[in-house]
Amino acid sequence: MRLFGKLMAAAAMSVAFTLNPAQAQDDVKIALVVKALGIGFFEAANEGAKEAAEELGGVEIIYTGPTDTTAEGQIEVINSLIAQNVDAIAVSANDRDALVPTLKKAMQRGITVISWDSGVAPEGRQMHLNPSSNALIGEMCVKMAAEHLPEGGGDVAILSASATATNQNIWIEEMKKVLPNYPGVNIVATVYGDDLADKSYREAQGLIQSYPDLKAIIAPTSVGIVAAAQAVTDAGKAGEINVTGLGLPSEMAGHVKSGASKSFAIWNPIDLGYSATMIAYNLATEKATAEPGAEIPMGRIGSVKLDDNNEGAMAEPFVYDASNIDDFKDIF
Amino acid sequence: MISRFLKSREALLAGAIVLLTVLIAIRFPAFVSAANLVRVFNDTSILIILALGQMMVILTRCIDLSMAANLALSGMVVAMLNAAIPGIPVPALIALAIAVGAILGAFNGIFVWKLDIPPIVVTLGTLTIFRGLVFVLSGGAWVNAHQMSDAFKAFPRAVFFGLPVLSWVAIFIVVLMTVLIGRTALGRAFYAVGGNPTAAVYTGIDVGRTRFVAFTLAGALAGLSGYLWISRYAVAYVDIAGGFELDIIAACVIGGISIAGGIGSVGGAVLGALFFGVIKNALPVVNISPFWQLAISGAAIIVAVAFNARAERRRGRIILRQSEAAS
Repeated sequence: MRLFGKLMAAAAMSVAFTLNPAQAQDDVKIALVVKALGIGFFEAANEGAKEAAEELGGVEIIYTGPTDTTAEGQIEVINSLIAQNVDAIAVSANDRDALVPTLKKAMQRGITVISWDSGVAPEGRQMHLNPSSNALIGEMCVKMAAEHLPEGGGDVAILSASATATNQNIWIEEMKKVLPNYPGVNIVATVYGDDLADKSYREAQGLIQSYPDLKAIIAPTSVGIVAAAQAVTDAGKAGEINVTGLGLPSEMAGHVKSGASKSFAIWNPIDLGYSATMIAYNLATEKATAEPGAEIPMGRIGSVKLDDNNEGAMAEPFVYDASNIDDFKDIF
Repeated sequence: MISRFLKSREALLAGAIVLLTVLIAIRFPAFVSAANLVRVFNDTSILIILALGQMMVILTRCIDLSMAANLALSGMVVAMLNAAIPGIPVPALIALAIAVGAILGAFNGIFVWKLDIPPIVVTLGTLTIFRGLVFVLSGGAWVNAHQMSDAFKAFPRAVFFGLPVLSWVAIFIVVLMTVLIGRTALGRAFYAVGGNPTAAVYTGIDVGRTRFVAFTLAGALAGLSGYLWISRYAVAYVDIAGGFELDIIAACVIGGISIAGGIGSVGGAVLGALFFGVIKNALPVVNISPFWQLAISGAAIIVAVAFNARAERRRGRIILRQSEAAS
């Protein structure tokens, strides 16, 4: 009996030994580098990343970024991640080109590099995950503005973040492309609030003064849309000038109630962080490769198909208005 | 008396502001409407308050780089408190903001006074500490418009005699500072400490303590601005007023307050802030490329500093009059 017991123990030990190496292996370290810390949108993306990590198991998420939205700050952060020898870096870039040399260095060290939300030039990453297709976002912004214009259309202005922000400029370009389909929408100006509350507020005030017939402001940026809505409310024009664009339900809830904003859209940042993490994991563990035409699985979201530039789109933006804002304002 | 005023820096700056406004009006006539000028003044109010705080510090030959971060931290404290307990009356929150700001300012002052660390180093450090604390305190989350109570947001917007309360607060601070700087022993001590610290010691002024008081008062004003800023823009997040410390110092420099200490006036600081405010408010309406906007703001600062350098250039002091006569 004792012999049998010993044999059993030995068998158990050997099973344990063969299993253990797989478990004892270091966690897959995935770094989520954001434009700046303390922005609600990215905090929500971090929630999604954590959800993906839990689902995958054996994944450690490093959520990091500079304290202000500069490329220099991100380069420092990425250099330190390279030194920590992470397995994958998923970055939302403050500058399309400035990060390329640093990210190239990371890839040479065998680190998987993808960009998401705001992209990096193709040579600086393996693939880029757009939150939605740029064309769909551009069209959605114009459509939301057009829906609430008075009969016969009216003047519409665009309030962007910084004049060098990659994603902003592409969306504005796409908006201008679909204008022929919306004859009522007359784009009169594009101004830049640099994602600062005070500057965006001032730019919005400038728009209200410069264009007395202004009927809508499209702000495809979460800081800009809140500041513009506040400026419109303070000018006593809530209901007259509709502020729309891209924003977060938690930050816009008050302005939807006041009538300054009739509707706005955003993709789900939780889903975005989740998808970016899933992709980074699949690429880092070589379960998928990033090449034109490839389909990379993203867990519960489905899969993303890459185009010739190794770019893919996650999903359509989702519209929030007075009817559904209360369901979402506490989520993100 | 009048000719002396016309030659003064304040008159020059006031002239420059008027000229600038006229130039803007040529491109955008509505800029000089009464309603818009009120708006510009209102928009500049916070900068005026902060520039006056910074002026006290600079007068004592110090500098406070942490004012914008102080503003963000005190503002975040009251915003979060307001969101958590909407019942607290607004005056109590304002008092709290001023107190928090003063404590943070005193923290700077203690280091400068007791440990004798150069103020630029101390405040560069506290700048990052305060910003970091905002993040720690809020966990990176925003305090949004719908979380703030209506009274909290309404206070700076309420209109009395044609001006919003925000503007009245700035005017009140200007009057207060004029009295403090021009009519009290403390005001004279600021000039003495900055003008000639060694001589100030011999007249019985405690240099370190005077600097400590300047930092504390500047902190209190930053705290007050913290509440005003957050209620005005109806949003509080980590990065509010990011980079604003440089605007404050720029306003002081444009206003003729010497970075070397001991020279400057309340009027100069107010005009410097207004000059900056006019530029900031005009650029969006005159339709200039955003890249040029930055260049224009920068050029204005350099021109102002160049003027300062000329005005401050002291003639060489003649120590040995006889030897000069002999040569």
